Amino acid sequence: MAQEGDFRLEREPYYRPLHGEVELFEAAWRNRLPVLLKGPTGCGKTRLVEFMAWRLGRSLVTVSCHDDLTAADLAGRYLVTAGETVWVDGPMTRAVRLGAILYLDEIVEARKDTTVVIHPLADDRRALFLEKRGEVLHAPPEFMLAISYNPGYQSVLKELKQSTRQRFVAIDFDYPAAEVEAAIVARESGVDAATAQALVKLAHMTRNLKGNGLDEGASTRLLVHAGKLIAQGVAPRTACEGAVALALSDEREMLAALNELVSSVF
Amino acid sequence: MSSSARYFESPVGSAEPPLGAAELERRLDELVGAVLSSRRTAAGLARGLAEQARPLQDFVLRWAGVAAKSSPELAYQFAGLAARAVGELGYAGAERWLLAAMDVYDREGLYRASAELKDLAAFVERAREGAWGVSFAEVAGVLETFVAGLAGRRLKLAPAETAWTDSATLFLPQRITLFASRAENFRVYKVSAALLWAQTRFGSFALALADYSGTPRELELLNLLEALRLAARLEHELPGLHRDLEALSRPALGAEFGPARERLRAPGASAADSLAALRRLPASARAPDWPFLGTLDPARALAVRDERVARDKQALRAALQHWSDERGDEGLPPLDGESLASGAAAPPEDVQRLVQSLRQDLGELPADCLLPAGESPYPAHAREAAAAADRADGGEEAGALRYDEWDHRRGHYRRHWCVLRERDVQPGDPAFVEAALERFRPQIRQLRRTFEALRGEDRRLRGEPFGEDVDLDALVRARAELAAGGELGERLFVRRARRERDMVALFMVDMSGSTKGWINDCERHALVLLCEALEALGDRYAIYGFSGLTRKRCEVYRVKRFDEPYGLAVRERIAGIQALDYTRMGAAIRHLSGILARQPARTRLLLTLSDGKPDDFSDGYRGEYGIEDTRQALIEARRSGVHPFCITIDRAASGYLPHMYGAVNYTVVADVARLPTKLAELYRRLTA
Ligand SMILES: Nc1ncnc2c1ncn2[C@@H]1O[C@H](COP(=O)(O)OP(=O)(O)O)[C@@H](O)[C@H]1O
Ligand SMILES: [Mg+2]
Repeated sequence: MAQEGDFRLEREPYYRPLHGEVELFEAAWRNRLPVLLKGPTGCGKTRLVEFMAWRLGRSLVTVSCHDDLTAADLAGRYLVTAGETVWVDGPMTRAVRLGAILYLDEIVEARKDTTVVIHPLADDRRALFLEKRGEVLHAPPEFMLAISYNPGYQSVLKELKQSTRQRFVAIDFDYPAAEVEAAIVARESGVDAATAQALVKLAHMTRNLKGNGLDEGASTRLLVHAGKLIAQGVAPRTACEGAVALALSDEREMLAALNELVSSVF
Repeated sequence: MSSSARYFESPVGSAEPPLGAAELERRLDELVGAVLSSRRTAAGLARGLAEQARPLQDFVLRWAGVAAKSSPELAYQFAGLAARAVGELGYAGAERWLLAAMDVYDREGLYRASAELKDLAAFVERAREGAWGVSFAEVAGVLETFVAGLAGRRLKLAPAETAWTDSATLFLPQRITLFASRAENFRVYKVSAALLWAQTRFGSFALALADYSGTPRELELLNLLEALRLAARLEHELPGLHRDLEALSRPALGAEFGPARERLRAPGASAADSLAALRRLPASARAPDWPFLGTLDPARALAVRDERVARDKQALRAALQHWSDERGDEGLPPLDGESLASGAAAPPEDVQRLVQSLRQDLGELPADCLLPAGESPYPAHAREAAAAADRADGGEEAGALRYDEWDHRRGHYRRHWCVLRERDVQPGDPAFVEAALERFRPQIRQLRRTFEALRGEDRRLRGEPFGEDVDLDALVRARAELAAGGELGERLFVRRARRERDMVALFMVDMSGSTKGWINDCERHALVLLCEALEALGDRYAIYGFSGLTRKRCEVYRVKRFDEPYGLAVRERIAGIQALDYTRMGAAIRHLSGILARQPARTRLLLTLSDGKPDDFSDGYRGEYGIEDTRQALIEARRSGVHPFCITIDRAASGYLPHMYGAVNYTVVADVARLPTKLAELYRRLTA
């Protein structure tokens, strides 16, 4: 069985606070309230959770949700070892036992029936029902549930149900202001300030295209990727075409337009 | 020749034997019979064609059919020349030759079109010379996206004689053939577009009209000076683009421009500085012939600007009013230019967008914009008209339904305020649909493929009572339960199954008068493509149109009901969709989301397709009232378990959209021409 130490972060993750979200997260934790991190992909949600786990001295258990994720995947299941059936905790159960921060990333990707099992954990019962074992686990006060959700998805099948979202304290994320984002990109990727600014300018251009052919503009994450390539000596245009344009679209005309934007900035 | 040439090199049906003269005559007669006479028969054409191979015959018949929908005369002429054209140009080239003539027909009529068609030699000549050339049509899509990425107000692109802008549309030449490579010709397009964008973005039209008066030569020089000023701005912001611009700035400028250039490089240089520089130029100064320099037309740009400014100001005041209402007792925060940009009480998105647009046009924000609209935005006479309409009742006939309407000023519903009837669309000419199927054939093929793939998605269901694999998890669990004295469960298998798309959709199409012409055509095309795609997918769907005149005559038109197959009747009704009266959207949304809510399905989608603001001729529905009612109806729909999604064809920059549709999802289709392919694509994304 896993030791608590396995989930502790070793070093302080770099996180640049944006608008009081660190205080809000901490207050929610002190009040045993679960949080919902809302925002486009790659804008620092995961990084905030990592940072908070470090700051609050908690273990962090992260689950990336996908549409085959079942309730048993989260809670746990019986396995056969040497002719014996043994119960093995799933990540959710483990996190509860550890008093960890449980982070369910991109919760809407999970099946609807899976989402429901977190409900009792997310309201003031703070309990986990292990049906198969006939056991009820009560979460210790240090335990916290955090989920993330990207409202930018346009699919009606990927909206977060009211019955789920209304249990959470929401923290809204957006891309940071230009100077802040450039500072993050420079620090994370190792490029100089001018290159980081140019990358952010490019990102803004792609964000202008949201809803006009792109579902979403370039995230901070993509800029960090491009920056890392540039820091390795890849030519900026090549780096952006690979790490930004191709990551955003497969459509020929859109790619051509994105590459024209790239070659305008660099 | 361009890459699209390859697609059509060998048209379908090539293996079959040629058609005989009699058969050809019969078919041609069907297509162009209207323009035949005793002196001019199909037999002559057929004789010539009978000697050709089958692929060519098929090509001629197919495209004569397409042309005949516009003009049988043009189709007749085409059929006579087609064999020669294919010989000279290949199938793809011949197709372009005909399409070029049809374009001329649309714009300038038969006489010019037939001259164009007959001058095959000139077309061949141009095609050869244009091998390196780049046309507007080829680059419009890329450039429009490019310009949208550059930020600022949304701009449209359109072809014209030279490059210029009226501050809302960027006009670019039809074709650029200056250089011997496509890349260089494209670069001219890109730099021209960027410079025109910069004119709208960095205040080339921010002065008063009188400031721009001058001789044509002076205007030409001012255009150059503005280009110098804007180039300097781009140098910092977009260095890559600036390099392209420099590369095209040949021949180099004479020394007489030296001081002006220096002065216009100063940070913060404005159009006024360009004017000042113009006055200092020596009389001998002549603008160079740089390929990206178009023309400057301040008079037209300012006319468009002034109209927009008036509209934006009004919209801003309404938006501020709204914001102030929302904030309640708090009132508005102090609205100097600074606190609008950021700060604690960040303004709503529409306010920010309008402020930005006004700043872009005027350089600064005039103080009179920052007052909320105040009391009632409705003039007294409109209120009286509404009251009169209220008193005169009627509409108690059978089939008339009554719907509430939201009056935001009172914060109440007006009970049974709207009278709504369902009607059938008068069937139109099914040829419209056939022509659309023909014209969008490749797109439809593509759509059907994508949609079929969506339908065939498999998933592995675990814990099933039967299936092709053993579910190990379930088995182990069951063993454990058995060992613990429980029963052996039965759900021990994994089964592959098609994912059920338990989804119904209702499309609600704007038939108001403002859609007349082009938009209406595009809507109908979009519906044809949509039906083709949805048939491949298998989702259940219905289509209704809506229009109306006053609250007593809200009308909803049946195009396709849920239980109706997509057959001839539906196609005729799609063809028959017309532009009628006004857009009282609320009642239509309430009625149709009611129909939708009664459909058994897990997910119900209401898609509205409209060309802009809700509007009605009376009862004060125009403006804020209609916007608020529409918004309210969408919120109600949502509460009833329907997912509304709104698609708007954007013609004016419209500040009310985020508010009206903000409660639900929406998208703006800036370019109507793209609607046909976009609609089906949107549906796919929405339900993926
Ligand atoms: N506020 C921030 N501070 C530090 N790094 C950040 C911040 N925002 C984004 N990043 C960078 O962007 C990347 C993606 O952020 P992440 O938290 O993984 O995004 P998501 O919102 O999808 O969870 C991070 O790996 C980090 O490099
Ligand atoms: Mg993440």
